[in-house]
Amino acid sequence: MKGVTARGLAGVLAFLLVWEVFGHSGAVRPELFPPASTVLTALAGLLTDPGFLSDVLATVGSWAAAVVLAALLAVPAGLVLGSVAPIRAATRSLVEFLRPVPSVALIPLVVVLLGRGPETTVTLAVYAAVWPLLLTTSYAMGEIDPVQTDTARAFGLSATRRLFTVALPHAAPFVMTALRVSAGIALILVVSSELLGAGTGGIGQFVFLAGSGGGRMDLVLAGTLTVGLLGCAVNAGLEHVQRRFLGWDTAEPGA
Amino acid sequence: MSVALDVSGLAHRYGPGPAVVDVSLDARPGELVCIVGPSGCGKSTLLRAVAGLLTPTSGEVRVDGEPVRGVVPGLAMVFQDYSRSLYPWLTVRGNVELPLRGHVERSERQERAEEALKHVGLDGQGGRYPRQLSGGMQQRVAIARALAHRPTLLLLDEPFASVDAQTRADLEDLLLRVRAEHGMTALLVTHDIDEAVYLADRVVVLSPAPATVAAVLAVDLPGTRDQIGTRAAPEFVHLRTEVARLLRR
Repeated sequence: MKGVTARGLAGVLAFLLVWEVFGHSGAVRPELFPPASTVLTALAGLLTDPGFLSDVLATVGSWAAAVVLAALLAVPAGLVLGSVAPIRAATRSLVEFLRPVPSVALIPLVVVLLGRGPETTVTLAVYAAVWPLLLTTSYAMGEIDPVQTDTARAFGLSATRRLFTVALPHAAPFVMTALRVSAGIALILVVSSELLGAGTGGIGQFVFLAGSGGGRMDLVLAGTLTVGLLGCAVNAGLEHVQRRFLGWDTAEPGA
Repeated sequence: MSVALDVSGLAHRYGPGPAVVDVSLDARPGELVCIVGPSGCGKSTLLRAVAGLLTPTSGEVRVDGEPVRGVVPGLAMVFQDYSRSLYPWLTVRGNVELPLRGHVERSERQERAEEALKHVGLDGQGGRYPRQLSGGMQQRVAIARALAHRPTLLLLDEPFASVDAQTRADLEDLLLRVRAEHGMTALLVTHDIDEAVYLADRVVVLSPAPATVAAVLAVDLPGTRDQIGTRAAPEFVHLRTEVARLLRR
C-alpha cells in the first residue's frame, strides 16, 4: 500500500515538473499558460481568500446535494426496475432516449424554469448523475444468483427479509461503484453549469470570471486544480467507505 | 407406519420437454433416503418440487400428511454449490444465524449457531468469511446452517459433489452422525452410487431423463457405518452392483 502511494506521488511530481519546464520553455507565453509554480502560488493565495472559499463552499454544497438526491432517486428506482421485469421493459426505450441527452443542453430550459442559482445547478447535476446509479442498480438486481435466492426461500425467509438480507447486500458493491462514477459526473456538471451561467457563484463562475476580461490564467488553472483536488478527495473517501463496509467483496481468499 | 414425506405421481416439465414424469416415493420419520440417478435426469427438479421451491406440473407432495403449498416450514436445504449458497457478505456466524433471524431471539440464535458450528467441527471460525475457508469447511458451514434451523426435513442436493475425496468421506460421516443425533428425515440427491448406498436407509434409483422411479432398494447394512468396513461388506458390494446395473439400463 505504501509503495502504491509513493508511486502515485512520484507520478504527480513528474507531471508538475513537466508542466513547470514546459511553462518556462518559451513555447507558450507564460500569461496564457503559466508554469506550475505560478499556479500553485495563486492557489495558495486563493485558499485564504474568503470570496474564493465561499465559491468552493457553494460548489461543494450543490455537488453534495446533487449526489444525495441522485442516490435517493436512482437506487430505489433501480431496485424496482431490476426486480419487476414488466416495468423494466416498459421504461427501457424511455431510459435509452433520456440517458444520452447532455445535461448542459438542458441549461436554457432549466434556467427558464428555475432561474439562476443552486437549484438549477443541482437539478442539472442530478439529471446527469442518476443514470449510472439507475442502470447499475437495476443490473445488479437482475444478476442475483438464483441459488442465493433459493437458499433464502428454502429457509422460509419472507420476500421483505430476502430484499434486505440478500438482494440489497448483493447489490451494495455495484451501487457503491456506481456512486463513485455518479459523484464524478455530478461534480463536472455542477462546475460546468456554474461556468455556463446557470448558477450564482461557485468555482465554475470563479473560473469563468477569471478567464474573461483580463484573462488571469493562473487563477483559471488554480480554480480548475481545486475542482480536481475535490474530485480526488471525494473518490478517495468513497473508496475508503467501500473498503470499510464492503470489505467482503474484496476479502483475501484463504485456505 | 407413519410417513414423513410422501411424493405421489409427481411430474414437471420446463417448456416442451418433461424433466420428471410420474415419480412416487416416500420417507418415514427419521429415515435417510438417497435418490440416485444419472446426471441431468431431473433429480434437482424433483428436490426443488419437494422443497416447495417450484410447483410441479402435476402430482402431489405431502409433508407430515399436509399437501405442500409453497415452501415447507421446518425445512432446511444444503446445496451442492456452497460457494453460491453461502452469502459472501455475512460471516460464518451470520450465515448460520440467517434462517433464525426474525423468529428466534438474538441470544438463542447465537447459542444455536455456536452449537451447530461446534457440531460440524468449526468452533472458533464464526468470525471468518466464507471465502476465507476451504471448500470442505464452507460445506460444513452450510450443514451447520441447516442444523441450527433444527429442521424436521433436511434436503441435500449433491451436497458433497464439489469437494475432494477425503473431505467427502468426512462430510458423509458427519451427515450420518448429525442424522443419528437429531433424528430428522433426510432426502439426499446424488449421482454417486457408492455414496447413496453408504448413506441411505433406502435408495431410490431414477431412470435417465425424464426421471421415473426405476427401483427402490432397502439398504440392510448396520446402522453405524464406517468408511472402510461398510464399503467392504458383501451386502454393500451387492447393493452397489445392483444399483449400477439399474442405472446402466
